[in-house]
Amino acid sequence: MKITPGGVVAAEWTKFSSLRSTWITTGVSVFLLVAFGMIASASFDRGGADAVGLALSGSTLAALAVGVLGVLLGAGEYTTGMIRSTLAAVPRRLPVLWSKSLVAGIAAFVMMTVGSFVAFALGGAVLNNAVAGMSLGDDGVLRALLGAGLYLGLVAVLGVALGMLVRSSAGAIAILAGGLLILPGLAILLPSSIADAINPYLPSNAGSAVMALTHSDGTLAPWAGLGVFALYVVAVLAAAAYRLKKSDA
Amino acid sequence: MIQVREVTKRYGAKTVVDQLSFTAKPGQVTGFLGPNGAGKSTTMRMIVGLDAPNSGDVLVNGRTFASSAQPLHEIGVLLEAKAVHPGRSAVSHLLALARTHGIPRSRVDEVLHLAGLEKVAHKRVGAFSLGMGQRLGIAAALLGDPAVIMLDEPVNGLDPEGVLWVRNLLTGLAAEGRTVMLSSHLMSEVALVADHLIIVGRGKLLADTTVADLVTSEGVRVVTAAPDELRAMIGGAGVTVTSSGADSLFVTGRSAREIGLAAATRGIPLFELTPQNASLEEAFMDLTRDAVEYEAAR
Ligand SMILES: Nc1ncnc2c1ncn2[C@@H]1O[C@H](COP(=O)(O)OP(=O)(O)OP(=O)(O)O)[C@@H](O)[C@H]1O
Ligand SMILES: [Mg+2]
Repeated sequence: MKITPGGVVAAEWTKFSSLRSTWITTGVSVFLLVAFGMIASASFDRGGADAVGLALSGSTLAALAVGVLGVLLGAGEYTTGMIRSTLAAVPRRLPVLWSKSLVAGIAAFVMMTVGSFVAFALGGAVLNNAVAGMSLGDDGVLRALLGAGLYLGLVAVLGVALGMLVRSSAGAIAILAGGLLILPGLAILLPSSIADAINPYLPSNAGSAVMALTHSDGTLAPWAGLGVFALYVVAVLAAAAYRLKKSDA
Repeated sequence: MIQVREVTKRYGAKTVVDQLSFTAKPGQVTGFLGPNGAGKSTTMRMIVGLDAPNSGDVLVNGRTFASSAQPLHEIGVLLEAKAVHPGRSAVSHLLALARTHGIPRSRVDEVLHLAGLEKVAHKRVGAFSLGMGQRLGIAAALLGDPAVIMLDEPVNGLDPEGVLWVRNLLTGLAAEGRTVMLSSHLMSEVALVADHLIIVGRGKLLADTTVADLVTSEGVRVVTAAPDELRAMIGGAGVTVTSSGADSLFVTGRSAREIGLAAATRGIPLFELTPQNASLEEAFMDLTRDAVEYEAAR
């Protein structure tokens, strides 16, 4: 009977899987991804889009949902008082953050990867005649679908880190939505020379690069984009770890 | 064993725990008493490392708790505020804690049984009554079969059957050689189970004593026609005599019987001879009178 890293991960999985809210948010995330992908695939009738891009049109909203999932897991510890039980069992503290991030990240990655493939398959089945159909074997398709799963998995980790850092669900969700959705909108207000320079590096733009079938100007290369997004996640995780370790629970 | 060593905790400008030192030893129940806001819960949070002291330190079983390899085996705690996610069932809550240490599922069932929660084990904790929540907290504290059990106001919200259960549980755990510490602001509650008492007020140690000592520290009130004569007669080592009026004395270290017999040998008239065996509750009130922070208007 000793505390082990595997034990802490198992505990976090138990916490994750024993809450109804977890399953609801996960279900909503998959649903948004698949439903929006199908709607966009069926209704888009102009040129300039590809089947993968259409199938993944729900990724923005799914990112928000999966981020909320992470926030609820992280901030929920504090809003409910559970953190005191948690830390009395794991007084080293940091293993809790790593394990929670791992569980949320892997669960979101698995569910969202499945969701992406389903969205692509169902989207392809209802694809509008104006858009050329694609198969998994086509260049970049696998990378884009798998990349969507990876990006959304990282968004869940970002949510956990924000939740543990801010300790309030509302606050963390506001920051998450602001960072993913509002920041790109604000960047447009800047002079275009500056906007063009920073736009590709904004969190959601960088992360989305991995889902794009073809690399266009003004965006980062797929894996570079995902790497930049991962750096954001690491930075927030580091801040969350610092606060967890240094401040009273 | 819990050793609190010169611990100070400040929240902003307010010193909530002030140079507090005490030891809770194995094999006995230590009662941790003090009026509302005395710093009991804060001290208990510091013992398990949830809050960090501004100065001083705490040892659990001789070590710093945070470095323990098996924290749930070292100390089991019930804290003041509910520390449970309301959306989870009692079983899932305990299971999540158990898994950190690889504690088997059978132990979870065992503590649920012990706390009388089997019937509601799969219900959401959010739907629990105050008493059921307390029982779950105590079950969680026992989960790791800990050497130290520390409970913050454990009988809060419990029915009479529950209160009795906690009392027997705590004395039983101490008899097994474990360290048991419980807090309360009711002396009457603690006196029934505790051997050792730590009394705090405004974060400071007021008394580190035993139930027996606290009772016998009282004296005898004497009203007599010849206070000076009597005073000279009964004085001696270990005896204190203070006068609380022209003809009245307050004596400690001599029984009422001894004083009465002494007076009779000289024919000193006594008008009053009253043992002041204040109840524990009164003794506690006397001790903490100056330290009460949140007092009702009267
Ligand atoms: N996190 C905190 N931030 C600021 N002040 C706090 C905090 N926790 C406790 N306090 C203050 O510290 C003081 C001591 O509180 P504590 O809860 O330790 O008292 P207590 O002895 O447990 O009282 P009670 O018998 O009412 O439970 C109180 O004045 C309280 O307002
Ligand atoms: Mg308290």
